Amino acid sequence: MPEDVPAIELDGVVKEYLAHGETVQAVKGVSLTIGEGEFFSLLGPSGCGKTTTMRMIAGFEEPTKGLVKLLGQDVTNVPPNKRDINMVFQSYALFPHMNVWENVAFGLRRKKVAEAEIKQRVGDILEIVDLTGREKRRPREMSGGQQQRVALARALVNRPRALLLDEPLGALDLKLRQQMQTELKRIQREVGITFVYVTHDQSEALTMSDRIAVMNDGLVEQLADPREIYERPASKFVAGFIGTSNLLSGTVDAVDGDLLVVRLGEQDRILVPGQAAAGDTVDLTVRPEKITISTEQPEAGLSLVKGTVGELTYLGTYNSYAVALADGTEITVFQQNAIDSSTTAERGDTVWLSWRPQHSYTLS
Amino acid sequence: MRRWTPYWLALPAWLWLAIFLVVPIVAMASVSLTTGNLIDGFSQTFSVSNYSDAIAKYSTQFVRSLVYGGVATVIMLVLGYPVAYWIAFKAGHRKSMFLFLLLLPFFVSFVLRTISWGFLLADDGILFGTLKGWGVLPEDFHVLATTVAVIGGLVYNFLPFMILPIYVALERVDPRVIEASYDLYASRFSTFRRVVLPLSLPGVFAGVLMTFVPATADPINAQILGGTSNTMIGNIVQTEYMVNSNYPTASAISFTLMAVLLIGIFIYARALGTENVLEAAAR
Repeated sequence: MPEDVPAIELDGVVKEYLAHGETVQAVKGVSLTIGEGEFFSLLGPSGCGKTTTMRMIAGFEEPTKGLVKLLGQDVTNVPPNKRDINMVFQSYALFPHMNVWENVAFGLRRKKVAEAEIKQRVGDILEIVDLTGREKRRPREMSGGQQQRVALARALVNRPRALLLDEPLGALDLKLRQQMQTELKRIQREVGITFVYVTHDQSEALTMSDRIAVMNDGLVEQLADPREIYERPASKFVAGFIGTSNLLSGTVDAVDGDLLVVRLGEQDRILVPGQAAAGDTVDLTVRPEKITISTEQPEAGLSLVKGTVGELTYLGTYNSYAVALADGTEITVFQQNAIDSSTTAERGDTVWLSWRPQHSYTLS
Repeated sequence: MRRWTPYWLALPAWLWLAIFLVVPIVAMASVSLTTGNLIDGFSQTFSVSNYSDAIAKYSTQFVRSLVYGGVATVIMLVLGYPVAYWIAFKAGHRKSMFLFLLLLPFFVSFVLRTISWGFLLADDGILFGTLKGWGVLPEDFHVLATTVAVIGGLVYNFLPFMILPIYVALERVDPRVIEASYDLYASRFSTFRRVVLPLSLPGVFAGVLMTFVPATADPINAQILGGTSNTMIGNIVQTEYMVNSNYPTASAISFTLMAVLLIGIFIYARALGTENVLEAAAR
């Protein structure tokens, strides 16, 4: 098989539903390729079409338009039981009437794998997910984290071409969720199978993924690696959905080489890389942790805005300031508690906010 | 004080059960061990000959009742399971309407429904009379007063009690578990056999109990739809009690029936108990 054949390929996939006599497009045209062995995330709010997209990859839904390809082969109309793809369901969907061993062996038995090989493979996978010794347990006798690992083993034991995971950590508490994130990454490296991970939790997607497709309203808004998604959001939606972002809007005063000089208020001057002409209105974004807060006017060459401290919140590893600009825009600033927990400014103080031009981006 | 509230609230129900279930059973047990007749009076002799005599005399009817009840239950299971399945998985938002339709016959009395079945099945009734008139059926064709009519009546009258528990069990099956089975290479048939059926077995178990017991003991269907060769044990109890005023024998038969059914249910629960069947299905 040639190296460059992608594990999964979606080509102009559209899914329409009939709801109350009206056609609703859940997925409005998604094209993407997922490489072999990649940890790929579909990230977006509920109703963005990520789950429908995944269900089309699994075969539970047939696309209204477009093609689904698995290792270069068109599987658009192949039912799920004939696809070499397995899924880890939200809330696991373990067979309640079977014990752990029977749950995990289910797929191999349906594929008529020899009993000796089943024994070997189920044993191996249970070791990988750290459940050796619990073969006889019923799902209801296990904790959420253990059920989660049974679900993972039940899918992985079949050595699928790709593994789909539908918000698999949603039902776990925070501590366990973080533990499972690391665990999932380790397992994926160990088995080398393509993972397609569906989640609405941006931190989960950022932590684990090789690449992320951010979806909104049935379309992919941005497809890039986590760093780029976070540092260079391609749209207002992505900037707002991933992490905390400050969205600013201003008029281009002048163009200085690659930089636009944007004016908000009298003493504000923002430098931002971008393409626009003087007089245009542009939207731009800057992350709260990129901003420096000071009571004295900082050096030139930085973006600079002046405002008044409103709410000041102590958050352990950092302080969060809500700074109101003259025009009423509120900017959030995170200041790390690196040396001591003292704050630079108090509520009501006038402060300067500054950041490097390359830390802000214009948005489409 | 608060701790006792649930017990106080349950008290009326306990009293009800004690007075109207336990007392009559004890009274009946005592009657079944008496000898005598209506004219000379009955005396408590604790003789078990009532039991041995009744079993010897009515063994045919005992066996026939169990066979009729058993056959009717099997037919109800075969007919009812697909209906329950269809309502649970395919009826969509019209589920409650179909459940209501299922219960609709209960708005008419049990006896009346059976009598109207009698009219329907009568040799010269609307159905067969007309068909005979057209020459579709031979003149000597009859259903009324046969085994078919009695078992048909039992099936008709008790079918909802088979469907409802199975429906409830199927309704509780998580659709994602069914999807998981398809995802793990199972065909539709295999998914039904390995996942849906085993998960619905508690409903099947309840449905069989709720139909087999009353169908076996039922006197109405045999009386209205059956002939002299279709007499069931319920009819014998009725005749012995109401017509012959032979209370000891009637009580002894009732107790024997109860014992046979309880033993049967016990064996059924042990042999085909949910846990056992689930174990088998998992393989």
